[in-house]
Amino acid sequence: MMPNLYLWLIPVLPLVGAAINGLFGKRFSRQTVSAIALGFCGAAFVMALWIAAQFSSLTLPHVERLASWIRAGDFQADFAFYLDQLSLVMLLVVTGVGFLIHIYSVGYMWEEGGFYRFFSYLNLFMFFMLTLILASNYLLMFVGWEGVGLASYLLIGFWFTKDSAASAGKKAFIVNRIGDFGFLIALFLMIKHFGSLSFEPVFRIVSGMPAETAGAGLLTAIGLLLMVGAAGKSAQLPLYVWLPDAMEGPTPVSALIHAATMVTAGVYMVVRSHVVFDRAPQALMVVAIVGTLTALFAATIGVCQTDIKKVLAYSTISQLGYMFLACGVAAYSAGIFHLMTHAFFKGLLFLAAGSVIHAIGGEQDMRRMGGLRHHIPWTFWTMTAATFAIAGFPPFAGFFSKDQILWKAFSGEHGSWVFWAIGVFTAFLTSFYMFRLWFLTFFGEYRGETATGHGDDHVHAVSDSRAGAPAPRGHGGIHESPTIMLIPLVILALLSICGGWAGGERFDKFLSPVLHAGVTANSLEEVGAATPVSEQKEHGVSEGLLESISVLAAASGLFLAWLLYQKRPQLPQEIAHALGGFYEAVVHKYYVDEIYAAVFVKPLIDGSTRILWHGIDQDVIDATLDNSAEGAREVSDAVRHMQSGNLRSYAGWIAAGAAVVIAYMVWMGTR
Amino acid sequence: MVPLSYYLVLSGILFACGVTGFLIKRNIITIFMSIELMLNGVNLSFVAFAAQWHALSGQVFVFFVMVVAAAEAAVGLAIIIAVYRTRETLNVDRVNLLKL
Repeated sequence: MMPNLYLWLIPVLPLVGAAINGLFGKRFSRQTVSAIALGFCGAAFVMALWIAAQFSSLTLPHVERLASWIRAGDFQADFAFYLDQLSLVMLLVVTGVGFLIHIYSVGYMWEEGGFYRFFSYLNLFMFFMLTLILASNYLLMFVGWEGVGLASYLLIGFWFTKDSAASAGKKAFIVNRIGDFGFLIALFLMIKHFGSLSFEPVFRIVSGMPAETAGAGLLTAIGLLLMVGAAGKSAQLPLYVWLPDAMEGPTPVSALIHAATMVTAGVYMVVRSHVVFDRAPQALMVVAIVGTLTALFAATIGVCQTDIKKVLAYSTISQLGYMFLACGVAAYSAGIFHLMTHAFFKGLLFLAAGSVIHAIGGEQDMRRMGGLRHHIPWTFWTMTAATFAIAGFPPFAGFFSKDQILWKAFSGEHGSWVFWAIGVFTAFLTSFYMFRLWFLTFFGEYRGETATGHGDDHVHAVSDSRAGAPAPRGHGGIHESPTIMLIPLVILALLSICGGWAGGERFDKFLSPVLHAGVTANSLEEVGAATPVSEQKEHGVSEGLLESISVLAAASGLFLAWLLYQKRPQLPQEIAHALGGFYEAVVHKYYVDEIYAAVFVKPLIDGSTRILWHGIDQDVIDATLDNSAEGAREVSDAVRHMQSGNLRSYAGWIAAGAAVVIAYMVWMGTR
Repeated sequence: MVPLSYYLVLSGILFACGVTGFLIKRNIITIFMSIELMLNGVNLSFVAFAAQWHALSGQVFVFFVMVVAAAEAAVGLAIIIAVYRTRETLNVDRVNLLKL
């Protein structure tokens, strides 16, 4: 007898909070609104902990069916929830980090208008995210998938009176549609060929199919289409363009949705579908290549950004690329491990960046920061922990997960030294841009007052060194954030330090029932192909050596950042001049937005304007309506003269009409 | 026996007189009488056909028409009196507005 865990309560609790705040929040005080939001979100977290506490006594996977949803012939999709090791990890990360960010938001958004609206959306996001994680079939997962997209749209455009925020929201939504299209086609293929979307039957059927090593087939197609969906949601090449713009939203939103949870949904989905990918090596290869290129590409852009949140956004894209690289070399547990540690340190980085922005009254440009470490020590120290974590210094969390990925990229069944080399170079870039951010923000002199806001991003580092006593705008000088914002920072800092101590191997062992479950059911010749861990390639290079190389890369990133932004601040400008056109291209994000605008957006808008708007809407639809109305008016103009009010003319018309009728009848009769 | 065609010609003449009067006269009462003339022209053709074919239905129709004509006369004359009271004229050319 399976115990009833009431899994459905976990997503529904935040939904209740969202409904209460959304419907009645306008009349509540800020205290009530935050109590409701935190209460329901915290309750979901407590339930997740309660489930984790009795996890070892469960038979897995644990499926709970709440109600039937769709029945059409043989096809069936239910409101059912699926709990296994993978969803438990995601559940704890999402509810835990989500709850911390809820707490932080209370402090961050306190002064803002639409307080209740913000918390209603935030709780709504939690509902959809938990639905996505706990769904027991792809269709319910898709509901959550679309729902988090909706919540993301609402929250990016939270300050909807600002034009850039509103269009950033639309951009995120539209770019995600492209990915969702691929996801949907994958679902249709599954329905057609497997007759079901529930995880258990789909995985059972796929497990019985041979690996498509020779050529591309159904599984490769499904895998690639799922990857298209994942690339949209998780901001991979070529669909990453929405994520940097999404920074228009409030900073806690960037932390929760666009760093810690929603953007990792694609990784979760790929890992969840690992049975498909295991049997489609070409699809797996595409995942690995996309992940690697995204990691490198976004990291190079991140190096030249000047907006503190934009740096973190490109860093997020880059780190997501790492996770896809891990998935692509079939090191799923390493991907999920990095997902977890990334949720800690990137969530913390965003929250700390929010605290910095809060401290200096809304400034986001790093060129106008500097020397803040004495003013906001708590923020400084927590951000330091996160920076070291993401750069990959031991013993911080990021070191363990990133190293696990790089090791698997090098040594795994599907790995290659190319992936490893690009990964290490990206790790170096990551370390460089993160310490650049760190030095620019917290060290040197405060540049807030005299910075003019144009020109090269390194000019002010030199010219403003004379800037004396900082006199920032905003309320009451540079000030540390309130305690309610610092508590989540400290907790996340502790997690960023300790979160990786479990170690990749133990994590892998914990997840192995999920990730290698398909193997046992396979036919014999399959086992060799689908056992990633036990049969690694023979290569004479030890994990220790690779670890020291990646630590070295991180350290050289730190050293370079120190050299360029601390020791000799005029040097970056000279380097930029020396690089010339390439530097320009990187600063302009490789002109990707411009290219997309020219290739996709402009033809679409022009075509819509000329053909659909002017051509069809105005010339056909409107013209039909206008002309028929005009015709009716002209006919009535002529006919209304008949109704003169003169009785004798009426009589004449009656007589004339009767004459016509009689003439007609006579004519019919004599034919 | 008088042939049917005689009756029909007379009926047509009566009806044509009615129509003509209906169209050219300006006095409401004259118009009203013209309508009665048309009705009676029709009545005449009904009874002529009834006699010719020995069918009673034509005669029944005539009774119906007479009843309707009587009712119409009652209502119509009442309207005429009302019109005269409010407008002090029976010239239809000057009764061309529904509202005063």
